[in-house]
Amino acid sequence: MAELLAVRDLTLGFHTDAGLARVLDGVNLTIDRGQVMGLVGESGCGKTTLARAVLGVLPRHVTDISGGSIRFKGRDLLALAPDVLSREVCGRAITFIPQDPYGSFNPVFTVGTQIMEIMKWKSPRREAIGWQAGMPALLQTYPAERRRADRDAVLKLLDAVQLPQPEQILRKYPHELSGGQRQRLMIAMALLPEPDLVIADEPTTALDVTIQAQILGLIRRLATERGVAVLFTTHDLGTAYEICDAVTVMYAGQDVESAPTDVFFTRCVHPYTDRLLASLPRPDGKVAGIPGEVPSLVTPPPGCRFHPRCDSAAADCRAARPPETASGAGHRVRCFHPRVRAAA
Amino acid sequence: MKTGWRQALSKFVRDRAALIGSVIILGLILCAIFAPYLAPFPDDVYEFHTSNRLRAPDGVHYFGTDRMGSDVLSRILFGARITIMIAVIAISITVAIGVPIGLIAGYYGKWPSDALMRVSDIFLAIPQVVLAIAIAQTLGPSIENVILALSATYWPFWARLVYAETRSVKNEIFIESAIALGAPPWRVMLLHVLPNIASAIIVRTSIGMGNTILTAAILGFLGLGAPPPAPEWGRMIAESREFLPEAWWYATAPGLAIFLVVMGFNLLGDGLRDILDPRIRRAASREE
Amino acid sequence: MNAILQVRDLQRHFPIRGAFNRQLGWIRALDGVSFDLIQGEILGLVGESGCGKSTLGKTIMGIHRPDAGAIHFEGINIAGLEPRAHRSVRRHLQYAYQDPGASLDPRWKIGRSLHEPLIIHTNLSTAEREVRVREILRAVGLPEGHLDLYPHEISGGQQRRVGLARILTLQPRVVILDEPTSGLDVSVQATVLTLFRELRAAFNLTYMLISHDLAVVRMMCQRVAVMYLGKIVEIGPTADIFERPRHPYTQSLLAAIPQIGGKRITRDFWLKGEPPDPGKLPSGCRFRTRCPRAEALCAETEPELRLIGAQHAACHFAELDSLRSA
Repeated sequence: MAELLAVRDLTLGFHTDAGLARVLDGVNLTIDRGQVMGLVGESGCGKTTLARAVLGVLPRHVTDISGGSIRFKGRDLLALAPDVLSREVCGRAITFIPQDPYGSFNPVFTVGTQIMEIMKWKSPRREAIGWQAGMPALLQTYPAERRRADRDAVLKLLDAVQLPQPEQILRKYPHELSGGQRQRLMIAMALLPEPDLVIADEPTTALDVTIQAQILGLIRRLATERGVAVLFTTHDLGTAYEICDAVTVMYAGQDVESAPTDVFFTRCVHPYTDRLLASLPRPDGKVAGIPGEVPSLVTPPPGCRFHPRCDSAAADCRAARPPETASGAGHRVRCFHPRVRAAA
Repeated sequence: MKTGWRQALSKFVRDRAALIGSVIILGLILCAIFAPYLAPFPDDVYEFHTSNRLRAPDGVHYFGTDRMGSDVLSRILFGARITIMIAVIAISITVAIGVPIGLIAGYYGKWPSDALMRVSDIFLAIPQVVLAIAIAQTLGPSIENVILALSATYWPFWARLVYAETRSVKNEIFIESAIALGAPPWRVMLLHVLPNIASAIIVRTSIGMGNTILTAAILGFLGLGAPPPAPEWGRMIAESREFLPEAWWYATAPGLAIFLVVMGFNLLGDGLRDILDPRIRRAASREE
Repeated sequence: MNAILQVRDLQRHFPIRGAFNRQLGWIRALDGVSFDLIQGEILGLVGESGCGKSTLGKTIMGIHRPDAGAIHFEGINIAGLEPRAHRSVRRHLQYAYQDPGASLDPRWKIGRSLHEPLIIHTNLSTAEREVRVREILRAVGLPEGHLDLYPHEISGGQQRRVGLARILTLQPRVVILDEPTSGLDVSVQATVLTLFRELRAAFNLTYMLISHDLAVVRMMCQRVAVMYLGKIVEIGPTADIFERPRHPYTQSLLAAIPQIGGKRITRDFWLKGEPPDPGKLPSGCRFRTRCPRAEALCAETEPELRLIGAQHAACHFAELDSLRSA
């Protein structure tokens, strides 16, 4: 089936000093094989938390997952045993490109050492079973033949991400590289295990706009070439427009609308999406913010969390969270009073 | 959301170690203030009853008597006054010297800071106790000289701390913007930098009190403190040496007192550090 | 058309130090910057990281001392003035940080933070200061009750307004806005920009808007200056710069902005590589290492800003049509 990742009704909270912050509330998200899905939303909407939940790296003792499932290739990641999760899924079938490439590198090792370390554990050529797999980590060996094959794969991929002189790059330390080069490395490292899904968490936010254009083009091209699905979180709608096949919007921990890109930007129906697009800067200067503030996640509004700031809100919006309704091919919205648009 | 310091106070009360520390210090202060009323034999500080000397602890003398026949417990309670006086005055002078030096060095940087920090390095190069002994020995045994010796050797620690804190706070945006607004340096240092580093100073001072008391006791032990018959704790331990191990209570009582007080200040300091530092940092940013 | 601020040939260099504090070279953060700021306008200053736009803002403000050049403000050359003399000039030239809320002392009540500029610069009595403070508070849209609150007790957006209010108490004529919308959500950004516009109208301000976000600059500014590695490479009216960019760097910058509803730019984006090491600038034109038009002349002589159409561009071949349509 075409569905690669299906998050259903995911509800989780973080324990903070002020109480339980209900960071995700019944979130649905679907990503098909080979699809580039944009996850957009403003600060506090939960997109990074959702990305981390899929990857399985939320801090265990403060996270409280109270419901829902994350089905990846048919298996519920929340129900998997931790060792299976870390061996087969994290860093293998699902990899991660972080927002800050510098902090993800260990500053005292060369880049080459760190990449080969990843290949030792996550290379697609590594056997998942056999007598070695059960042994403790310190005793596991890295056979020379596999190491050579892995190194060739690394150099080929560094070339594909347009890093000049890959051999030299491998010998450098992280601080000797520029932000754009580090991000290209992170992309390469995310693709080396030959994953099915890459989660890119705001990968170009920290980059200059011309470098951003290069990196976005790179991500799109590589994803299409290798048939890898991408979950691309961002708060910049322009970047979502550039490379995503479909876009999902989140507000304050709830998913509100999901549509293919062209439909999303021209025929969105959720009031929040509509206001969001209207607040983008325009040359003619006619731009409007959204009155009010993002609600506290410790005491969120009941029902649809956008209703206090919504101009179409009514009593039913406060009573219950709107269910998912279809508004066209691949276009899903959760609203009791969506905007009405003439058929295109 | 509860205001910053009320929240801090409730957290402080829940921290058992800090609570114990505060109780001990409170006890010390009360002992010092109410010594005449609490001591079973208040006159024993200056009178002596040689017939009573070196009695083991019993129902009358809870900690026995010393070589002059005076009640050890009473002398300890009066000794608390000397202890507190030395500690408070010494620390006050220390802070009064160290903080401004660190502040100026940290704020201006370059050659003033180099000069001031090198001077403090000189003081830091010599172990504090040794230097204090040398000063007190040269000037002669008295409480004033002990205080002088303590302050003179201890101020560099505060200067260093304030220097480091000032340098880091100086990079904060609100300091830069205060300067950009045209605030003169004295204003920035006193009204902006100092309040923001006060918590670090408070914590250090609390722990420093314990150390000061210990050093003062060492000086007293070596005979450099107040002359007899002042009931100084360190001196009492020195006196007890020749009567050990039979008159065990004679050394144990002042030793226990010193131990409790230093421990109390350390616990208090730790507790203060836990509530002051993360609290203030976190209060500056809102919860998500 | 009255120039309230004139910058001439401003230079600011940072030394590069190697081991043992040896000097290895210079980073020419500002390498001969000249422009005028016209009274009442909003001038945009754009460029990517390392171009020097933030350094320019801070040098004009006096946070950095320039190594050469002049800054004429209200008739006085304020470049390199001693801090004390600078202070009285500073009243009318103010600087808003990226997050004006962070410019508030977290231990001071808001009222006290608002009084402070007046205490430093004026001799007004407490009562007179209070009147002025309340007036400004109203102008930025905050309730008077906020005067007794601490910064952490109000929201980020309100902190920002307080930070701006503090600058406005001194009745400045020019405000330098340094990346005011960086990191903000789009909806919040719209509110902030509207606030800037209102304040400009109410207080008759002139803005210098430093930003890397071209969409914001296009919306807010009448004129734009584009910087690259310490120099202004193009400057002119906004409409002309955005519709007919003359300098190849400006063209690449505009080509890199996603246009929602238009063609995908990433597919054909042509600017390759990264900016050169700022400590080792190329000879002649500093953009030539990445410029598709580069020729021998570009390596020999550094181009100066010259008038082409409605704008000034620093390129030997600025008259050529743009290589790729934006």
